[in-house]
Amino acid sequence: MSDTYKISPDETDEAQAGPLTLPLDGWHRARGGRMVAFAGYWMPVQYEGIIAEHLWTRAHAGFFDVSHMGQIYIAGEGAEAAIEAVLPIDLSTLPLGGVRYSLLLDANGGILDDLMVTRWGTGFYLVVNGATKHDDIAHLRANLPEGVSLSHLTDSALFALQGPEAFAALAPLVGGEHPLSALSFMRGASFTLGGVEAWISRSGYTGEDGFEIAVPAESAAAIADLICAQPQVKPIGLGARDSLRLEAGLPLYGHDMTPDIDPVSADLLFGINKRRRGDGGFPGADRILPLIDTGSVTRRVGLVLEGRMAAREGTKVLWGEAEVGSVTSGGFSPSLEKPIAMATVAAELARPGTQLTIDVRGRKIAATVTPMPFVPHRYHRKGAA
Amino acid sequence: MPRYFTQDHEWIDVDGSDATVGITDYAQSQLGDITFVELPAAGSAVAKGDSASVVDSVKAASDVYAPVSGTVSEVNAALEDEPELVNSSAESDGWLWRMTLSDAAELEGLMDEAGYKTYVEGL
Repeated sequence: MSDTYKISPDETDEAQAGPLTLPLDGWHRARGGRMVAFAGYWMPVQYEGIIAEHLWTRAHAGFFDVSHMGQIYIAGEGAEAAIEAVLPIDLSTLPLGGVRYSLLLDANGGILDDLMVTRWGTGFYLVVNGATKHDDIAHLRANLPEGVSLSHLTDSALFALQGPEAFAALAPLVGGEHPLSALSFMRGASFTLGGVEAWISRSGYTGEDGFEIAVPAESAAAIADLICAQPQVKPIGLGARDSLRLEAGLPLYGHDMTPDIDPVSADLLFGINKRRRGDGGFPGADRILPLIDTGSVTRRVGLVLEGRMAAREGTKVLWGEAEVGSVTSGGFSPSLEKPIAMATVAAELARPGTQLTIDVRGRKIAATVTPMPFVPHRYHRKGAA
Repeated sequence: MPRYFTQDHEWIDVDGSDATVGITDYAQSQLGDITFVELPAAGSAVAKGDSASVVDSVKAASDVYAPVSGTVSEVNAALEDEPELVNSSAESDGWLWRMTLSDAAELEGLMDEAGYKTYVEGL
C-alpha cells in the first residue's frame, strides 16, 4: 500500500534544513496532532480525523493554527501608491481596518500568489501563503520604491477560528475599544486577548463566519489554550482546512492558481478591483484587461462527481472523447457526502449543468459542472443580523 | 490459519490455497477517514506486487498491492456502502478481497505478526 496519489502536504522548501517548527509545535503534539511537513514547517494534518473535524467546524467552531503564513507590514511615504503598482487593488475604497483579497501577478499576468491586504492606521498589513512567502517578500522588496519599507512579522503567530459558533466562543474572551460584534465580514480591529494585543479580522478560508487572529508568538500557546477551552471549539488540522475551503469554492494557491494561470481563467476577477480594470497600471494589465473583454480560453469550474471515488489534482477532464481540461484540486466532501473538485476546462464548457467525464485511473466517471460554493457561504456581512 | 504481512501494510490470511486480503490497522490509521474502496473484479488475475485495489481517504488515494499472485474469487461487497469498515475493522470485517493462490511459495518472503509489529515500530 502506498500513497501514490497523495495531494497537498508536500509543498515544502525543506531541501536544505528540514521542516521548521512553529510556535504551537509542542501544543499540537500534546493534543495528538499528526504532524506533516507543509510549506517548510511541521504542521498538524489532523487530530481526531478529517471528517469529524470538518463537520465540527461546520456545526460549531474550529481553531486553526496558520502561523506558517507570511505576515508582512508595508509602510512609509508613498506606500499606498507603491502597493497599487504591484497589486490590482483599489486602496482608495479600503477603509481603516478593511480587509481585501488581492493577487500578486507577474509581468505576464500569471498568479504568483493570492493574499489579503488590510489598512492599518500607519501602513498596510498583508497575509500571504506560507509556501510562497519568501518569494513574495523578495518580489515585493524588488518592486517597492525607496522610502517604503517592508517588514516580515516573524514574531507574530496567526490563528483562525471558524464556524457558526466562532463569535460566541471568541466574544467573551476579547476586550478593547470596540466589542467583537463591531466587526463585519472583511473588517478588522485591535483587541486585547489573553492579556496581550491581538489583531482580529472577521475573515477566513472555510466559507463560515469566523475570525483570523494575530498574536505575539510568545503568547501563542496561552491564547490557543484560552480559545480551545471554550466548549464550542476544537483544534482542526490542515486536512479539514483543505476540505472546508474546497466546499466553499475557495481556490488554493499552487493548485487552482499558478503562474501559468491568469486571473480571468482562474475566475478570480473579484481580485482585480473595478477601478483598476479601467485604469490598469498593475503587472500583467496589458494581457489581463483585454482578456476581461474577450473572455479566457479556459475557466476554473466546480464539478460534482457521481459515485464516491474522488478525483485528484491532474485527473483529465473529457467532453465526449475529447480532453478539455484537468482537475486542479478535488476530494470527498464531508458535508455533501460526495466527491467534488475544481477543474480548469475549456471556457465554452463552463456553464453549470454541463455534463463532463473524468478519467480516474482509467475509470470514466460522470461529472457535472456546478456553481461554487458547493456549500453556501455563511459570512457575517455588514448590515446582517 | 496463518496470517502474513507485507512491507506495504497488507495482511493476508491463508487457508490452503485460498486467502483473504486487507490492509492493516496501522495502514488505516495512517490514511484516516476512508471514503471509497475500489475493488478488483471477481475472476480477475492479479500478480504479486500489482496494484489490485485503491483505498480513497479524504486526503489521498492509496494503492493496495496483491501480496501474492492468484485469482480474485470474491470482493467485500459491504465496502460499497460502508467503506468506513476499513477504518473500524481493518483486519476483520474490513477485508478487501478473497483470492485463490497460484504460487504458495510466494508467501515465504512475507512477515508474520511479530515481524510486522517490529517493522511498524521501526517506521
